[in-house]
Amino acid sequence: MKKLMGSWLAGVALAALAATGAQAQMSDGAIKIGVLTDMSSLYTDLSGAGSVLAARLAVEDFGAAAKGMKVEIISADHQNKADVGSTTARSWYDVEKVDVIVDTPNSGVALAVNEVTREKNKVFLVSGAASSDLTGPKCSPNTVHWTYDTWALANGTGNAIVKTGGDSWFFLTADYAFGHALERDTEAVVTKNGGKVLGKVRHPLNNADFSSFLLQAQSSKAKIVGLANAGGDTTNAIKQAAEFGIVKGGQSLAGLLVFLTDVHGLGLQTAQGLIMTEAWYWDMTDANRAFAKRFAAANKGIHPTMIHAGVYSAVTHYLKAVEAVKSDADGKAVVEKMKATPTDDSLFGKGTIRKDGRKVHDMYLFEVKKPAESKGPWDYYKLRSTIPAAQAFRPMAEGNCPIAG
Amino acid sequence: MAAESALSTTAAGGGDRNAERTFAIGFAIMLGFFVLSPLAIYPIFLMKVMCFALFACAYNLLLGYVGLVSFGHAAFLGAAGYVAAHSAKVWGFPPELAILAGTASSAVLGAVFGWLAIRRQGIYFAMITLALAQMLYFFCLQAKFTGGEDGIQAVPRGHLFGLIDLAQTMNLYWVVLAIFAFGFLVIYRTIHSPFGQVLKAIRENEPRAVSLGYQVERYKLLAFVLSAALSGLAGSTKAILFQLATLTDVYWAMSGEVILMTLLGGLGTVFGPVVGAFIIIGAQNYLAKYGSWVTIIQGFIFVVCVLAFRRGVVGELGRYLRRSL
Repeated sequence: MKKLMGSWLAGVALAALAATGAQAQMSDGAIKIGVLTDMSSLYTDLSGAGSVLAARLAVEDFGAAAKGMKVEIISADHQNKADVGSTTARSWYDVEKVDVIVDTPNSGVALAVNEVTREKNKVFLVSGAASSDLTGPKCSPNTVHWTYDTWALANGTGNAIVKTGGDSWFFLTADYAFGHALERDTEAVVTKNGGKVLGKVRHPLNNADFSSFLLQAQSSKAKIVGLANAGGDTTNAIKQAAEFGIVKGGQSLAGLLVFLTDVHGLGLQTAQGLIMTEAWYWDMTDANRAFAKRFAAANKGIHPTMIHAGVYSAVTHYLKAVEAVKSDADGKAVVEKMKATPTDDSLFGKGTIRKDGRKVHDMYLFEVKKPAESKGPWDYYKLRSTIPAAQAFRPMAEGNCPIAG
Repeated sequence: MAAESALSTTAAGGGDRNAERTFAIGFAIMLGFFVLSPLAIYPIFLMKVMCFALFACAYNLLLGYVGLVSFGHAAFLGAAGYVAAHSAKVWGFPPELAILAGTASSAVLGAVFGWLAIRRQGIYFAMITLALAQMLYFFCLQAKFTGGEDGIQAVPRGHLFGLIDLAQTMNLYWVVLAIFAFGFLVIYRTIHSPFGQVLKAIRENEPRAVSLGYQVERYKLLAFVLSAALSGLAGSTKAILFQLATLTDVYWAMSGEVILMTLLGGLGTVFGPVVGAFIIIGAQNYLAKYGSWVTIIQGFIFVVCVLAFRRGVVGELGRYLRRSL
């Protein structure tokens, strides 16, 4: 018993030591990138370990080591819980001396990290989270929203569908910040184009059984069932909708946020004909294809989604700004530099970052290929139209962002 | 005869004094640890430990000293967090009032839950508390003001009494330490009061306590409300600390975690829950990089604890030192 007691005490002492150790190691000589993402749940395929890889590739390609900049990357799982995310962000900034947090799918978590980052004057580069509030009422001088947002999705997919006759909608919405924002932004597009919303139902995040929600969608008689959710929730809903014969019954599904990995999971047989808005697709340019090849080789053959590409692009631009400012200490100053410098990288090409923190680039409307059209795995999208950068994102004046001025 | 009784009273008096001295030493060590440790350990982590230690101590008051197994204590922690966060953010309450509001709401909630639950014993009591807590969880998931999955975010820490800026980490640290010490002493005082004696009598033999003329239900209810209020104090402090109130704190897993902390530290010991909270929160914090393995490690620790030292860390230490800690 005494021995056990001894080991307990030793354990407590060790924990204390570990804490002091962590503080002693910190060095401000290095740029520390923290990839905060979903490593175990419904968003792990479209972000997860792939985002860590994308950040690493960006650091390699930037040639940080050759330029004498020491860059470290750490990562953590936020478990899709706002409290876990904000606690991790806080201790990363305080103890681990992290300078920038990237990615963070799940808008609820991202909004929490947004606040912590503002308080600590660090940098937050959002690729995974979608809520347009990040550059709207909750915008921050320390945050850049890189890849896409709910307004852009609604504007792309919503417009395209209403204009091809899908004028009555029923929403199936994930019940948290992201789902609410996506539903709100899409509803605005639908009603603006003369369509109407017949009803909506909210389902919990990471839901397994959509049957009762799908029955409500079916009985609403809406032409379009809009899926205002993402990742595992979207694929589950689409699969179960097929079982309920929703598409056979004459209704169409509109996946408002569908990623390449979701299409891969669904298979072309189920996913064919889905229309979606994305910021990036691997099979569009030679540079994209080269990146995808490298990425897939290091990631069990899984091809990059637009979120992974966004992480790569954002980290590249961040490193450029730090190089120019010659310091990573003042988050606001780095973000200001990022906004002042036009963006230019191999994946997203040329673009700009607006005052409200919104990165602006072209968006694309894709349609999922029929199985016969696809040449093999990961050959899934055909381009329907390009939405030019100037029209792809919410005009700054409509966002109610206090710093947009 | 007279000499003998005199002897026994002095012995008893000496025992009391001994116990008091043990407590004083233990309390001084604990306080000293929390005063000095922020020099070496991340203060936010320590504050989290203190919040959970207070929560576990409040739970221990019920489980360790009245023998009531509540499986719904997360409701008090979480509800108080929501009330404190909402009142600080939306109504602009200063932190001290926000914390008071949270604590008061948990006390009221505790009175309602307790009033319903103490009519049953054992497993039925546990199930009723669990059911009520799950109802509250569902309410928090659906209600507008709680923000559903997002929780209430960006809660201002504010200025204590309009003077002390709590945005400064160390200022907040001393406030949290004071709240923790206050809650801890309230629990100690309760346990060692005549009221606490009756609670222990109920734990040992409820029919006998009834036969002695005690209205056990009133005692149980009062203990339940006290435990709920102190859990609420912990929850509201936590909400101000992390500037966040979320569903995690009302979820049933949190009720399980507090049982784990209490058992691991030592059921029915004053200091046990504090040690238990330190171990569990420490494990969650420093093992976080192993992701979902944390729960497996927790389970393993629990099994080892139940098999090897059933009295918990402090319970075994107390037995070794022949002191009641």
